[in-house]
Amino acid sequence: MKPLPEPESLRRSGSFGLADLAVILGVLALLGVVAHVGAGSMVSFRPPDVSPTVSLDPRNLPDYAARSTLRMFIALAASLLFTLVYGWVAAHNRRAERVLVPLLDILQSVPVLGFLSITVTGFIALFPGSLLGLEAASIFAIFTSQVWNMTFSFYQSLRTVPKELGEATTLYRLSRWQRFTRLELPSAAIPLLWNAMMSFGGGWFFVAASEAISVLNHDYTLPGIGSYVAAAIAAQDLRALGWAMATMAVVILLVDQIFWRPLVAWSDRFRLELSASGDAPESWLYDLLTTAHIPRLVAAASTPVLEGVDRLMSALLGPVQDHEEQPAPPGQERLFNLALLVLIGALLAALIHFVLTRVGLAEVATVFRLGLLTLARVSLLLVLATLIWTPIGVAIGFHPRLARLLQPLVQFLASFPANFIFPFATLFFIHSHIPIGWGSILLMALGAQWYILFNAIAGAQTIPSDLREMADDVGLKGLQRWRKLIIPGIFSAWVTGGVTASGGAWNASIVSEVVSWGTTTLAASGLGAYIAEATGRGDWPRIALGIGMMSLFVVGFNRFFWRRLYDLAERRYHL
Amino acid sequence: MDLITVDHVSKRFPLPDGKGEFTVLGDVTLSVHRGEVLALLGRSGSGKSTLLRIMSGLIRPSQGEVRSNGIPMRGANPNLAMVFQSFALLPWLTVQENVELGLAARHVPLAERQERALKAIDIVGLDGFENAYPKELSGGMKQRVGFARAFVLNPEVLFMDEPFSALDVLTAENLRGEIDDLWNAGTFPSKSILIVTHNIEEAVYLADRVVILGSKPGRIRGELQVNLPRPHDRNHPRFKALVDYIYSVMTNPDIAVTGEVEGPESGAGPEPSPQRNSGSPFSRPLPHVRVGGISGLLELVAEKRDADGSIPQLAQRLQLEVDDLLPLLDAAVLLGFAEVADGDVRLTAIGRDFASTTILRSKDLFRQQALGRVPVLSSIVHTLQEKENRAMRSDFFLGIWDDYFPLQEAERQLATAVDWGRYAELFEFDAIEGRLYLPS
Repeated sequence: MKPLPEPESLRRSGSFGLADLAVILGVLALLGVVAHVGAGSMVSFRPPDVSPTVSLDPRNLPDYAARSTLRMFIALAASLLFTLVYGWVAAHNRRAERVLVPLLDILQSVPVLGFLSITVTGFIALFPGSLLGLEAASIFAIFTSQVWNMTFSFYQSLRTVPKELGEATTLYRLSRWQRFTRLELPSAAIPLLWNAMMSFGGGWFFVAASEAISVLNHDYTLPGIGSYVAAAIAAQDLRALGWAMATMAVVILLVDQIFWRPLVAWSDRFRLELSASGDAPESWLYDLLTTAHIPRLVAAASTPVLEGVDRLMSALLGPVQDHEEQPAPPGQERLFNLALLVLIGALLAALIHFVLTRVGLAEVATVFRLGLLTLARVSLLLVLATLIWTPIGVAIGFHPRLARLLQPLVQFLASFPANFIFPFATLFFIHSHIPIGWGSILLMALGAQWYILFNAIAGAQTIPSDLREMADDVGLKGLQRWRKLIIPGIFSAWVTGGVTASGGAWNASIVSEVVSWGTTTLAASGLGAYIAEATGRGDWPRIALGIGMMSLFVVGFNRFFWRRLYDLAERRYHL
Repeated sequence: MDLITVDHVSKRFPLPDGKGEFTVLGDVTLSVHRGEVLALLGRSGSGKSTLLRIMSGLIRPSQGEVRSNGIPMRGANPNLAMVFQSFALLPWLTVQENVELGLAARHVPLAERQERALKAIDIVGLDGFENAYPKELSGGMKQRVGFARAFVLNPEVLFMDEPFSALDVLTAENLRGEIDDLWNAGTFPSKSILIVTHNIEEAVYLADRVVILGSKPGRIRGELQVNLPRPHDRNHPRFKALVDYIYSVMTNPDIAVTGEVEGPESGAGPEPSPQRNSGSPFSRPLPHVRVGGISGLLELVAEKRDADGSIPQLAQRLQLEVDDLLPLLDAAVLLGFAEVADGDVRLTAIGRDFASTTILRSKDLFRQQALGRVPVLSSIVHTLQEKENRAMRSDFFLGIWDDYFPLQEAERQLATAVDWGRYAELFEFDAIEGRLYLPS
């Protein structure tokens, strides 16, 4: 029993103070930046004659970085909206669920970068004469890199809302809107936030890749930090590259401190456990906001508005339906199944027709062979990254203080876009005559390896100290200690890291099997290079074939390898 | 007119893969009268929770109908409020916001909402905690919030789904007493109470009328009028007689519940439950207990030589609730280690031997009894013996159970059979491959 009030609630007294001043200034500054950057996307753009250029003067970098960041946030907002709608429908409509969930599984495996060529042309046609088309294409690329994870997480949370809480909302006659805002969204908040944070970190890679892209024999440039890097590579300007990396690091840190930390601290209230947890996440900005008066004044002032919205949305969305859905009449169910089968059949027929008429079976065989090559690279990468980073990760994880110090660093490295480092690696390959076929493995690893390290740390931390003491006690050492204690202990975490790393590596193969420095271009033989080249030439059938083949490889790899390991982890190695 | 009437209601759930249906409730008829406290008492598997959810409108019955004030119900009943076993509080809302939940759903204006919520919080004795979050409260205080959330709606009937069973013994006793006081004072915010419980004492203490549910399928076995002045005195001879009577009825699924209770001996000489030898050995459920639990119970009964082995006393001594104790007794009876009659438990000669011998000998005894008296175990052994490699995937047996039970129950049956079979060294189980095999 805790009859004493929380210390934090006692602090909420006093009058208008410095905290409020800081909040006002902060909000004004943020608005100013957004307005300034937003106006930039309206500049004239008439391809191929008038195209915006990127200046390598480092003084422009803050502006470019702000534009890239704005794209990231717009994509995040779009992802969130999509997630809420898609996840909600999938969780509440049994028929939609049967289509939407497998579809999500497939969409998750489609290489986002391969998409880019299709979407860029589409969006440019949609907004003729302004940068908005390119802007939208870039945002869409970021969106597709973030959204599937978030949607899956939200759907899972909706499916696992505690049963009695659901019953309580039904019995107390909450409307659908009220159930959504008071039960479903809060109970999904923490996993959704973590997923969004991870996906956002991964999104920087796609910002960098999507701002400067050559599609259909055109070079498209969208002012931003990614195109700055591309221009620096073309001009072989190492100093500019250094400035870009420094700027990127600052931006990632700022976004973390100003956006994610406060959200994580705030979302701690949505923990489903009814008992108080050990240590709550902290954020200086969140503390500032809770100390200031203005946020609470705003909240109080908006109460009547929120009440009105609640009433309106409740009326629009109606009451919660009967707890059980009445099973559909069998005839209707059959019709639905039939329609699904027809749809799948039609898609298959279209695919076969496409292969036979547009590319030919021989090409398919070639692409399949290239796919095997890239698969070999991805696998080798996973093995190497595991061999190198797992022992380090475990060593870190076993030392709590070290872990607390290094975990944010690893998280930072994971979200730092690896394609910013590509030029340095490329230079290194050129000078030491390393063939890109092997070099590309290193390039893919630059981004993917951190997931292995991160999860090795997390996995080692979950091994109870009792077990480690026992291992010391019975004298388990060296290889035996690894075989009996550590490997089984971190297996689940390793699988999670491996899935993420392999997904990231497949995507990265499109930009790492072909790299350039100035006018020198290194190209490996592989599926990623195939897609990149087809995209540059604007060869639609081959783009489609390449993307399709890669999706097939990813889905197959997931199904036959990762899914099994995952099941094994669940069954045997669950701590 | 009765507040809630259940009219020939039954509930069946489809078994997976279209293998027919599983009947949870069969033909239940019941009413909640105005001004009474009604208890539904039953063991796990008696469908009491399902019945409560059908009566509240959360679940639709397969057959029959539920009427509220004579009007057939569709969807959740607006005239009632429920208190949940797990409290079902929203952790991100304060006490006050949780209590206001039902009012907000009815779009009561903000000022009135706050006023009514504060009054309800006052009734349950939580003033001062309006702005606390549930995680700052102890279990008993959380359930007080659960009561306040129900009270604030002034429902016609208050439903309680095992409201005290997630609390520790002292806290439960305290809160139960306060709720009873509130009811006896005549200021209770609802006209009637329906409480679902598996705690016999709790039912007799709180209720005016106790309805006893039977298992497989869930049905009403009979009802008792408590007929004691409120608050019910636990030391009153009739109170004790009622508790004893209900224990003896619940340990013996085959005697009729007459509801005429005078003393502990009043039960009309129940016959020992005849083994129903119909159908597949897989159709008869095993009680879900571990072998260690059975031998622990038997040891305790064997040690207590002086006592008569009265089950209520045993339950009290072990601090076990009916749901924990009765399956143990069922298993002991099934294996021929004990006999239950008139609410007393007596060990058989084999049972006495089993309880006191060495572990090796007790395994032998258990194997002998299991093979002789638990057909499903001998059936599994036969199947394994007929196979050349003397092994079988567990899915095969799960599939047979699946014909008689919902999947979850079938899995529990398999788990229990594996536990018993392993202990008796009848067969072994490889969890990774999901295979049962004979020991070599």
